[in-house]
Amino acid sequence: MNEIEKKKVIWRSRRGLLEVDLQLERFVRDVLPGLADAEWQRYADMLLLSDNDLMDYLNGKAQCPDPYLAPMIDRIRAHQHTDLA
Amino acid sequence: MSVPVRKFDAVIVGAGGAGLRAALQLSEAGLKTAVLSKVFPTRSHTVAAQGGISASLGNVQEDKWEWHMYDTVKGSDWLGDQDAIEFMCRQAPEVVVELEHFGMPFDRLENGKIYQRPFGGHMADFGKTPVQRACAAADRTGHAMLHTLYQRNVRANTQFFVEWMALDLIRDADGDVVGVTALEMETGETFILHAKAVLFATGGAGRIYSASTNAFINTGDGLGMTVRAGIPLEDMEFWQFHPTGVAGAGVLITEGVRGEGGILLNANGERFMERYAPNAKDLASRDVVSRAMALEILEGRGCGKEKDHVLLKLDHLGPEIINHRLPGIREIAIKFAGVDPIKDPIPVVPTTHYMMGGIPANYKGEVVAPQGDNPEVRVNGFYAAGECACASVHGANRLGTNSLLDLVVFGKSAGNSMIEYIKTERQDWKPLPANAADVSLARLARLENQTGGEEVADVRNAMQKCVQLRAGVFRNDENLAKGVAEIKAIAERAKRTQIKDKSKVWNTARTEALELDNLIEVAVATLISAEARKESRGAHAQDDYPDRHDDEWMKHTLYDGATRSLSYKPVHTQPLSVEYIAPQKRVY
Ligand SMILES: Cc1cc2nc3c(=O)[nH]c(=O)nc-3n(C[C@H](O)[C@H](O)[C@H](O)COP(=O)(O)OP(=O)(O)OC[C@H]3O[C@@H](n4cnc5c(N)ncnc54)[C@H](O)[C@@H]3O)c2cc1C
Repeated sequence: MNEIEKKKVIWRSRRGLLEVDLQLERFVRDVLPGLADAEWQRYADMLLLSDNDLMDYLNGKAQCPDPYLAPMIDRIRAHQHTDLA
Repeated sequence: MSVPVRKFDAVIVGAGGAGLRAALQLSEAGLKTAVLSKVFPTRSHTVAAQGGISASLGNVQEDKWEWHMYDTVKGSDWLGDQDAIEFMCRQAPEVVVELEHFGMPFDRLENGKIYQRPFGGHMADFGKTPVQRACAAADRTGHAMLHTLYQRNVRANTQFFVEWMALDLIRDADGDVVGVTALEMETGETFILHAKAVLFATGGAGRIYSASTNAFINTGDGLGMTVRAGIPLEDMEFWQFHPTGVAGAGVLITEGVRGEGGILLNANGERFMERYAPNAKDLASRDVVSRAMALEILEGRGCGKEKDHVLLKLDHLGPEIINHRLPGIREIAIKFAGVDPIKDPIPVVPTTHYMMGGIPANYKGEVVAPQGDNPEVRVNGFYAAGECACASVHGANRLGTNSLLDLVVFGKSAGNSMIEYIKTERQDWKPLPANAADVSLARLARLENQTGGEEVADVRNAMQKCVQLRAGVFRNDENLAKGVAEIKAIAERAKRTQIKDKSKVWNTARTEALELDNLIEVAVATLISAEARKESRGAHAQDDYPDRHDDEWMKHTLYDGATRSLSYKPVHTQPLSVEYIAPQKRVY
């Protein structure tokens, strides 16, 4: 994934739901820059989910049924929990 | 510099519920219609609406639009325009059934009709008993609305410009609106979209506050563009709040937490609600709790490094109750506050939710501005609908579920007005003024060349802190006057923001700098409008003037950006067909 595509992915992390914005913002800031291209791609594909589905997966209210995307959801969720003050 | 021009009959900025409903009307009438959105249409903030959309269908209990109208006028604390309110409440059943026919998956009764739930403020018989009026699609009403309208628009050949940011409104020498400038994120190019009619449906601006339930895209772009084009903003002092959002995040903590025994503490560990409401304490009504919290913070008893929040303590309830009776709260606290409420209190603050004011419009969706003695002269070619517009149906306070209704009623109405205008008054494009893109190009050039300026995020934080502290739930003369002075100084800083990334495409830093230009206009308008209103009405609770003063203040505020001055215009007291609902004391 080239730099331009990465910048597009960063803009697309802007969502219609605050809860999703907040979680993606943190992940984009802290974790995403260090990931390999394949993971950037997985993240980009995850962004195609609807906001409500994404929120339910990120909040653990539902399981992401897609085995390709689920590890990215888990990664974002895990980042939240290590942040405990 | 020459800027590429594209021509459409109608240009709509915003692809939330309001923009999509208007676009559908225009495209189905065969007009060439462009819709611009910063994000993919179904990711517009309308997706957040869960509660539902109101309409007096009477499917569950007897209901009448006159009762809905009464509730809305009362909710507005008599600042709503009664012609627009009648129009909305009368149209409601029709537009909701239309959505159903478009394929929106509403919850249903066994007989197949749309199910209706109870909701705060929905009453039968002119305020006497609760009535079930809210139509919903599970807890995804906004999502269902956006998907339904988007699909319909694709079929109707609406042309979408996704990830395009409108920058400025173009007006000609007559003051008529003839298009917008916009930035395509993927190429970084600026375009002129030349139109016979332009509609703004850009949504809210909750991001002017540090505590807001609004998504990051809600930066009030439509309002900023309107002010820069010399058109005033209406009733900007009126914002709706929730008492307990997670500090620094905005995610709401349900009031059920205090119902289960959660208590609020200040920096001294004092249960301060005992002072403000000796009987109800932490269970006092929303506005009482919000006000007390804000006052504690203002008087220096806020918690944390910045002394900018109070604490909601739950640990004394024990893990059993927290886990079982308050599901989801622990997760929210851990995720968004970084605290585990089983051990530690949650930082909370009154949080803004909805903007009642906006671009002055009438019930036809036409934007109106003062000219000479007439406070409401149509701005030719300019329309506004949805949260960015002030029709005004919400007046000083919005009733739950009336916003989604506002989107479809006034989206459709504006669409019809635009069709009429294009077919009868503007069959051809008015020429673009020379240098139509100059304002936008100058803004972009400034960002390109700025040196020695400040980071966008720093100025935005300063603005958000100021608005939160000075124009939040607790308002008085002294606090508001300080706020006006502070926000003017911050607005100067916003003129010198600097970005490090100067790249052309997908430049989020540049987008955020451009958004800040809009936010700051909204913030200044909010403080100046609030400072001037010497009464309490609806969501504007002014401690030095605790009562509503209809003789002097039953009027709409108009804020002019160029002079930063205010004027006022009368509330429309005359409904379209029924009798005027005269002011009463607003008690529930
Ligand atoms: C958490 C939450 C829950 C809610 N629940 C309810 C509810 O149950 N019932 C109810 O009636 N109301 C509810 N509301 C309020 C309601 O959701 C909003 O007022 C409404 O959705 C706003 O819709 P809109 O079409 O005006 O704008 P939005 O849906 O916000 O859309 C704005 C559009 O404008 C675009 N845009 C903005 N600026 C630009 C620009 N410069 N260039 C290009 N495009 C731009 C955006 O990309 C977007 O497409 C809720 C609000 C919140 C925050």
